[in-house]
Amino acid sequence: MLETIVSVQLPVGEHLMIQKNRFTPLTSIPACKRICVVTGIHGDELEGQYTAWKLAAILNQHQEQLRGIVDIYPALNPLGINSICRGIPLCDLDMNRIFPGHSDGPVSEFVAHQIIKDLSGADVCVDIHASNIFLRELPQVRVSQEMADTLVPLAGYLNMDFIWINASATVLESTLAHSLNSTGTPTLVVEMGVGMRITQSYGDQLLDGIFSLMAHLGIWAGEVPDVRTPIISTDGNVSFANANTSGIFLPTVSHLAQVQKGDPLGLVVNPLTGETCETVFSPASGLLFTLREYPVVYNGSLIARVLGDTP
Amino acid sequence: MKKQVLFQVETPYREALDVTAYQFGGEEKSVAVVGALRGNEIQQMYTCALLIRTLKRLEEEHRLSSACGILVVPCVNHFSMNIGRRFWAVDNTDINRMFPGYSGGETTQRIAASLFEVISPYQYGIQFASFYLPGDFLPHCRMMDTGYQNLQDAADFGLPYIILRKPQPYDTTTLNYNWQIWNTSAVSLYTKETDCVDEATALQAVNATLRFLSKRGFLLDPPTECALPNIVQEEQLITVLSQAGGIFVRKHVPGDQVARGEVLAEVLDTGTAEIKSQVLAPAGGQVFFSHKAQLIGEHEVAFRLI
Ligand SMILES: [Zn+2]
Repeated sequence: MLETIVSVQLPVGEHLMIQKNRFTPLTSIPACKRICVVTGIHGDELEGQYTAWKLAAILNQHQEQLRGIVDIYPALNPLGINSICRGIPLCDLDMNRIFPGHSDGPVSEFVAHQIIKDLSGADVCVDIHASNIFLRELPQVRVSQEMADTLVPLAGYLNMDFIWINASATVLESTLAHSLNSTGTPTLVVEMGVGMRITQSYGDQLLDGIFSLMAHLGIWAGEVPDVRTPIISTDGNVSFANANTSGIFLPTVSHLAQVQKGDPLGLVVNPLTGETCETVFSPASGLLFTLREYPVVYNGSLIARVLGDTP
Repeated sequence: MKKQVLFQVETPYREALDVTAYQFGGEEKSVAVVGALRGNEIQQMYTCALLIRTLKRLEEEHRLSSACGILVVPCVNHFSMNIGRRFWAVDNTDINRMFPGYSGGETTQRIAASLFEVISPYQYGIQFASFYLPGDFLPHCRMMDTGYQNLQDAADFGLPYIILRKPQPYDTTTLNYNWQIWNTSAVSLYTKETDCVDEATALQAVNATLRFLSKRGFLLDPPTECALPNIVQEEQLITVLSQAGGIFVRKHVPGDQVARGEVLAEVLDTGTAEIKSQVLAPAGGQVFFSHKAQLIGEHEVAFRLI
């Protein structure tokens, strides 16, 4: 059932609307559980669109297997997705820096407030991101240190390759996930693939994970596939390689390669002069789980992240 | 006056971004002034430029104390300004959300780190800043209520209002906040405009800065006398939201005194030009902020009243 959770008038004959699709069991089950699958906070991240579609398509066909509520929110930033804009087009703000919002605030904060109101109280929320247009990511769940005890066991069901336990930064307290986690709604942040593209195999992998999580919560009675065992790691095991010159980045390794410390990862070149400005080397030995996708780089641009081999 | 390039950022196919500072007085690290961090902060850059022109003259006339050093950085982000973008043109990040910066991080983190390294040792920090909502303000000083703030420093600018803001999580990466946390007394000055020049309030900000310099003995002229400022906690401002979307016709501007129930603006239907909604003052007071764009959506901040 389609529901509109917030609607505000735009200046000329149109509304900004955020919608969800609610799936409920065929016969009502008292005190049943609820999972929320949300995506599209960042308008240039589309990986979650595939997962949302396929989840809705399966639930449309197999409502008889539902034992709880599934709410799917494919576009928390509908104007952004619609117009290929990462932030909120009205004010150019990163929507994931305005939570929990405010009922009396400007429209962006009001919308954030209404979203939180609708999601609060769910038994689990899955927030699907897709890196950005610059970086390609291994399917992973990001969990803040202080929530690790609650979230890592749930994240294990999601069939992702990697669970990254992040140190907490104050600025990240304005994210949707933090706002929900700190008020008792467990929220898992998925990062996978790359911005402005859809990697269907990653979407299918996550979909198996969502069904497995739903089965664990008693929301889904149908068959679920076995899920993979993720690597679990903290920041300490993740190393970064940044460009120190500007130019065009040409990778010499492929995403998800096993690399040794000091291996070349790619070149930064100058097409005008024919020079190679820099060779970027691997900062550690391990799995190349993040790799630069967008070729134009500046001094400072992130090139790669390596998940170190555990000794 | 000494003009110097603080640091350079190389980018493909463009001249390097030279972040330039103008230095006055001695080697003492007394006052650092920062203008445009965003590409649309033309008024902020212009205010710095006026200040630089004035300080140059005062220095030539030996009216600056030799015991002070003043550094003014009018523009950090002409990279974006020159191509009409507000944030860092590649990844749309905001340099004013990257402090204290990180020299091993992404480009805008490196820029923030390079700038902060230069300006954080200063005793006083002044930022000509812009607000994230588009609109007009009464000129005012703004301080973060971190517990480290010194209200007298803001008061000595002599602007009629000081707004104290309780920092939210997303404020913790701004320049103003980090200056304070790292022991610089930081004040942000807001004038009426951002993307276009407003001569009168730019001059007002320059005069306020000169008054502050006199109060601290950095400028040898005696300070001009001013009325005591009103100190307002940001949450005490009364927010007036629009009830409908349409063409916004403003009836009052910042500075106006309004009575409870007075019509502050009308929202017209974009098809018929009929009045769709009136924006009314929920209480009497002075208009502090008003929405300026000709179009308005529902639930936008139309006015803020003191
Ligand atoms: Zn995202």
